Amino acid sequence: MAEGNNIFKVEIITPDRVFYTGEADMIEFNTADGQIGVYKNHIPLTTVIEPGVVIIHDGEHQKVAAIHAGFAEILGEKVTLLAEMAEWPEEIDINRAEAAKERAEERISAKAATTDLKRAEFALHKALTRIDAAERK
Amino acid sequence: MASMRDIKRRKSSIQSTQQITKAMKLVSTVKLQKAKTRAEQTNPYFNYMYNTVSSMLARSGSINHPYLTAGDSDKKAVVVITSNRGLAGGYNSNVVKLVTDSEFKKEELDIYAVGGKGVEALSRRGYNIVEDASDIIESPTYQDAAELCEKVLSAFTRGEVGEIYLAYTHFKNTVSQEAKMIKLLPVEIDLEENAAQSNVLMNYEPNEEEALDMIIPKYVTSLFYGALVEAVASENGARMQAMDSATSNAEEMISDLSLKYNRARQGSITQELTEIIAGANAIS
Repeated sequence: MAEGNNIFKVEIITPDRVFYTGEADMIEFNTADGQIGVYKNHIPLTTVIEPGVVIIHDGEHQKVAAIHAGFAEILGEKVTLLAEMAEWPEEIDINRAEAAKERAEERISAKAATTDLKRAEFALHKALTRIDAAERK
Repeated sequence: MASMRDIKRRKSSIQSTQQITKAMKLVSTVKLQKAKTRAEQTNPYFNYMYNTVSSMLARSGSINHPYLTAGDSDKKAVVVITSNRGLAGGYNSNVVKLVTDSEFKKEELDIYAVGGKGVEALSRRGYNIVEDASDIIESPTYQDAAELCEKVLSAFTRGEVGEIYLAYTHFKNTVSQEAKMIKLLPVEIDLEENAAQSNVLMNYEPNEEEALDMIIPKYVTSLFYGALVEAVASENGARMQAMDSATSNAEEMISDLSLKYNRARQGSITQELTEIIAGANAIS
């Protein structure tokens, strides 16, 4: 339950819009060093976000969103995620994501000299994140 | 005095010009509204980015990072943001002037141009245009900004250029825009101003250097994207103003010509009358 003294502010900002502002008692997301969950009064931390699903827990409610690349600034009372892209599951076109996943996998397995492996892997990550988020709707 | 027919022809030509400028003004007003909202939506991201980067640098001021020190090369990259279309008053030439009037020598500049007008003006003056990404100004996305940014940054990390500048038009408000040149890299932030606010002891993951490695390109990209979005708003603001004054100038010319036309008409009637009376007098 979101007790009065356990909640903190959460902001997710992308270049195009302020994606989400609200309160939560726990937030989970993917960082370069693995998945983390943040409660109130976390030590101040700036960390790099990896493509993944962010889960905002607010009492019994959960909000899920897909975020791709960016960084997070965690302060005791407030968590700010600066993401290059963020999407709610409702906004994700699952068919497109599946198609993108297949394309990326093909590119990686083909291993042609011309393919940019890093880019293909990034595209694959992005597609997988989208699918993951959409399935948790 | 010009004949009645000439005046009439002139007047109708100005009238049709006025119709065009009026329509263009309306179009750019609508576009301005859209561009303005977009620019406002970009602001929070940009501000947050700026605050984070400056507070990071305030605490790690002594860190020796390639992005924080100028490269060895004398060359400088300048990203010039103009528009693809003209008829926007001094909008394009102000930005071009920033580059041509700067203290940089022509030979040491590599121009990354966004906007056809800037490409034309600078290549005519003999500047070295490395990259022409004019189509992205039509509807700039963050992706576009990131791609261009990557090209400029890789030139910096390869040591081809020592400094990166950005010339664009800052959107102050609907009626005032200001051409501006800012330094992107090496990062220069007013440390005095920020040092006071940043008393929280921040930890970095994976570590400070890697975080900087990843955040600074994002910071530059966000500056870039912000500049693109502002430039679009400024372009439409400038065009709206230019077309507004063109319309009112046309209005003035039309009323002047109407007066002349009426005077000429009256003159010809008077002359006709005098001729008739003179003729009648001669007969009697």
